[in-house]
Amino acid sequence: MTRILPRKDVVIVGLGWTGAILANELTDQGLDVLAIERGPWRDTATDFNIGYMQDELRYSVRRDLFLQPVVETMTMRNDPSQTALPMRDFGSFLPGNGVGGAGVHWNGHTWRFWDSDFKIKSNLTNRYGAARIADLQVEDWGVTGAEMEPYYDQFEYLAGISGKAGNIKGQLQQGGNPFEDPRSRDYPNPPMDMTYAPTLFAETGRSMGLHPFPTPSANMSRAYTNPLGVTLGQCTFCGFCERFGCANYSKSSAQTTVLPVLMKKANFEVRTDSEVLHVDLHTGGKSARGVTYIDSSGEEFFQPADLVLLCAYGLHNVRLMMLSGIGRIYDPGSGEGTVGRNYCYQTNAGTQVFFDDKNFNPFIAAGALGQTIDDYNGDAFDHGPLDFVGGAGINCIPTNGRPIGTRPTVPGTPKWGSAWKKATVQGYKSTLSFSSQGSSYATRTNYLDLDPTYKDRFGRPLMRMTFDFPDNDIRMSNYLCDRMEEIAKKLGGKQYAVGRRKKGWDSVPYQSTHNTGGAIMGIDPKRSAVNTYLQSWDVPNLFVIGASAFPQNAGKNPTGTVGALAFRAADAIRNHYLRNPGAPLVQA
Amino acid sequence: MKTLALTFATGLATLALGPATAADQADQIIRGQYQAVLGDCVGCHTRPGGKSLAGGPPLETPFGALVPPNITPDAETGIGNWSEADFHNMMKTGIGHDGVRLYPAMPYPAYTKMTDPDLSDLWAYLTTVEPVSNKVEANQLPFPLNIRFSMWGWNLLNFSEGGFAPDPSKSAEWNRGAYIVQGAGHCGTCHTPKSFLGADQDSVFLQGASLQGWFAPDITNSARSGLGKWSEDDLVKYLKTGVNAHSIASGPMAEAVENSTSKMTDADLKAVAVYLKSLGSDTVVAAPAKPEQARMVTGEAVYRDNCSACHGGDGAGAGALFPALAGNSIVAQGSTETLSRLVLAGSQAVHTANAPTTPAMPSLAWRLKDQEVADVLTYVRNSWGNAASEVSASEVAAVRKELTQ
Amino acid sequence: MSERYRMNRRLFLSSVAMLTVTAPAVSLARTISGALPWEPMASDPPTQVTAGGWQFFTPQEAALVEAIVDRLVPHDDLSIGGKEAGCAVYIDRQLTGAFGSSSRLYTQGPFLPGLPTQGYQGEANPAQRYRAGLAAIDAFLKQRDGKTFVELKPEDQDAFLTAMEAGKVELPNSVKAAGFFALLLQNTMEGFFADPVYGGNKEMVSWRMLGFPGARYDYRDHVAKHNQPYPLPSVSISGRPEWLSKGA
Repeated sequence: MTRILPRKDVVIVGLGWTGAILANELTDQGLDVLAIERGPWRDTATDFNIGYMQDELRYSVRRDLFLQPVVETMTMRNDPSQTALPMRDFGSFLPGNGVGGAGVHWNGHTWRFWDSDFKIKSNLTNRYGAARIADLQVEDWGVTGAEMEPYYDQFEYLAGISGKAGNIKGQLQQGGNPFEDPRSRDYPNPPMDMTYAPTLFAETGRSMGLHPFPTPSANMSRAYTNPLGVTLGQCTFCGFCERFGCANYSKSSAQTTVLPVLMKKANFEVRTDSEVLHVDLHTGGKSARGVTYIDSSGEEFFQPADLVLLCAYGLHNVRLMMLSGIGRIYDPGSGEGTVGRNYCYQTNAGTQVFFDDKNFNPFIAAGALGQTIDDYNGDAFDHGPLDFVGGAGINCIPTNGRPIGTRPTVPGTPKWGSAWKKATVQGYKSTLSFSSQGSSYATRTNYLDLDPTYKDRFGRPLMRMTFDFPDNDIRMSNYLCDRMEEIAKKLGGKQYAVGRRKKGWDSVPYQSTHNTGGAIMGIDPKRSAVNTYLQSWDVPNLFVIGASAFPQNAGKNPTGTVGALAFRAADAIRNHYLRNPGAPLVQA
Repeated sequence: MKTLALTFATGLATLALGPATAADQADQIIRGQYQAVLGDCVGCHTRPGGKSLAGGPPLETPFGALVPPNITPDAETGIGNWSEADFHNMMKTGIGHDGVRLYPAMPYPAYTKMTDPDLSDLWAYLTTVEPVSNKVEANQLPFPLNIRFSMWGWNLLNFSEGGFAPDPSKSAEWNRGAYIVQGAGHCGTCHTPKSFLGADQDSVFLQGASLQGWFAPDITNSARSGLGKWSEDDLVKYLKTGVNAHSIASGPMAEAVENSTSKMTDADLKAVAVYLKSLGSDTVVAAPAKPEQARMVTGEAVYRDNCSACHGGDGAGAGALFPALAGNSIVAQGSTETLSRLVLAGSQAVHTANAPTTPAMPSLAWRLKDQEVADVLTYVRNSWGNAASEVSASEVAAVRKELTQ
Repeated sequence: MSERYRMNRRLFLSSVAMLTVTAPAVSLARTISGALPWEPMASDPPTQVTAGGWQFFTPQEAALVEAIVDRLVPHDDLSIGGKEAGCAVYIDRQLTGAFGSSSRLYTQGPFLPGLPTQGYQGEANPAQRYRAGLAAIDAFLKQRDGKTFVELKPEDQDAFLTAMEAGKVELPNSVKAAGFFALLLQNTMEGFFADPVYGGNKEMVSWRMLGFPGARYDYRDHVAKHNQPYPLPSVSISGRPEWLSKGA
């Protein structure tokens, strides 16, 4: 028996980065806002205790803070000819859970995508011809870098990003990224103090004529008070960043930047340990009435609301749309339907350089403490003579020396025994690692839909992920590996190893939790699920906020762009949508 | 509504005054609301999540439980059938409506100093509070303590009724501060040591007292344990925002800041600062003995591994986030109760509009043995220019016992 | 101290007056509005594993696992072996918990054979895999060599493990040798390198061997000291010896 609850102005599904930003903005507007979060309440002092946060087994191997597959997982296959099977344990990507979501345990690399990323289809077609991208399904986003700039700025100042601008209003800045789009002002915090490995990497890169710069970091380089008046502390280089909550308030998250202000508002409420089962639509399916959710005792509730925001993480946003009958599920055969279309990922490869005579103190680290080279990213370089499009950031960001997972040895080392032990001691402090994080461009057959066989604990179909790296992206990645080899040689260790990306995406070893697409933004309702304000074309009082909006992924971490899109959506809702609620902001 | 009826009646009787009456009454109610801020009535009389002034959570006294009653104007369960005279009498003498004697958990020994106009204003405000039906059984003390008549004897020994007598040799600002601190602010209720019978020991006014596992520190101008290192601006900032360069309010003071001092006028805060900083405690305290080196060594190890990532290797802390331990007056108190409690149980800081971060110290009771807590506190109390007595493992054990029972 | 009577004026409120936190009896779900929830003493530390006795393994299984971990991490001049370090105790305790029962994983059927890219699709959880795998090892060796693993000479033990690792051994009862070896290796390494609170890595032996300072949280004073060894000793979640005076 579903209990019907008193109406709210706004229901937000999920209280992570986007949920917290939207909740704060809309409560400032005077609306009554409820967030419903599947996972538990999480708070720094109680959940990221400074005495037991440093537990690699618990948080990195057993993954206490993450979404557990028993709660929800996906089925996967590389292409439609295979049968998708469930990821019984997550491996390649690890979705977050709980208040703060993955924003609690991310590393903090915070990027802006480029104008050339947003206009990718027109840009690549003009520059290289349509034939070059014929086997890809890339789409323009419908926004420009200049339109996004103020929202990037807003997110970066909310989060206190530590970095060095490369281009302020058209003026190139020494020490920053010369390839970035113009920004209106510098980062709110200076770059972090560098450890040895990224310093050596940058020196080497510079000596080769490349342009390394400090990775823009959500680990605070100094104590910082954001525009909401919330203060973060200085990062202490603990080396327990990704997969861990921050014990001393020095990593940006909903907890450390928004919640102290949001939680005090009388017009905001969060219900935790409650899972939204689906969005409820009015007859005709053209507007949302609210959501139905179930709490951990098994009781079901209907929560009526005038405005519904899906902020549940890109993948879960898409699945909720599918389970709720919002829009049409994409069919790769016919090309019809937009929900599930243009699913993309990240195309990564890695390099290790082994030294005899260096001590990198790998345990002195932070999630985003490092140096990046963007010379071969996106369309920053001329692909004319090449056989691919896209590129990758080359990142030397050694985040940890946690010994269960991080104990590099030279290739050919046995995995156990005395020889293994000796090589492990030898390699632990003296190995320099860097990697390429590459773009992931959409194809017709990389997509999401609902699995025909496997169900979740409530009997709802799991989402099915059909994905493999397009040939284009493999060629791109190999090119980047060749460039990484050049850097590795110049670094001058006793030997190096490059791990190249191959076809046949393997769901087992960890690669990246940058899942994008499935509810992409755009200007054409036939090829996108939401408009450029992330408002659903099909259900105008529903907004879908997250990396689900990305038509394809760039060679950069998504969070900066996710945060910017959240602020852009908030701006559109506050200043336009609310003047005429229920109406589309963009005429199709 | 009572106010409207009053206005109407007054208006009928004194037509000549016209609209000025309504405005005067509005002013009085606004002034009265400010008196309620100064007196922090909600601090005791409102339950978390409950309706304003409809009754608070129980005060666990060593004598038993007392429950702050419903003081909304509800006729049956609140003070709706009290007169203004009843209220004045209660605040000034501790004897309420129908002669019922209050226990000094209700700090009438402080409120007795309030002037009649201020009490009238407060009463006017209280009559406008939304009436809530909520029956509260206030007296839950065991026999024979629950016999209120025994308060007659207590009052004889410990209480002198009377208003505040300004000191003509001091400035108006000083007197205003004294009036607030001694009267509505009832700071001594927490910060003044108590006698065996639970009365304020006026000879050591505001020199620090223990209550329910927290040591409310010395807030006289003593250099070692009081506000001597704070400027007046520091103190104003602390009361207004909960945060200054020396300290971050948490525990019971966080609540006092959030409900009361952060809502006071800047002028009143300055007056309070002027007054408190004029209270020198003239007892010369000998420098404490230096702790043995072995304890400083183990204490430093515990400090580095547990504390330095927030409070800094140099004890400098980080602004609004982590209080500095160097030169921190809580660290320097004679009593180490608060310090043990902070380390064992953790603490959540104040939240004000100017300082919204609300950081919290994590609980370390699960990790540190009593001896380790004692050693690290000894280390902190004697590092970076701090000098204070050693802490024993048994002191820590006593606090741990109280926290876990 | 606690014997003195104190007049308590104010109950310590662990949260602000207007906090609303309601928690219905049977549900974890909370409705939070108006404040940041906080409780004194709230913490959820790991439970220290106490050595002594086996909670999962039978005595024969335990002896076998101890022998295996002692080959995977042998005693040499770099460190004590896996057995002495507590790796078998670690595995034993893990198998009694969520890891052993796969309670966090997706275990709904149908169970179909998958491609290597699709990960483990078996029905058996680690506890079951250990039972079957350990029995299969000794059954195989008894049949082939007339000895159980613990009775073999160390070099023969190594040879067998090498063959298992390469999948060159056909174990009975459909136990996949390479897969079970991978599980054993992963768990042994976890036990060797995890915080000692979990029963292995006795006295932080692996961390001291590597020079990993453990559960430290503040390296600000060493960030700029490039290429210089870090001077402080390792510390675990339960602390380090230097926290207590000798003889305390």
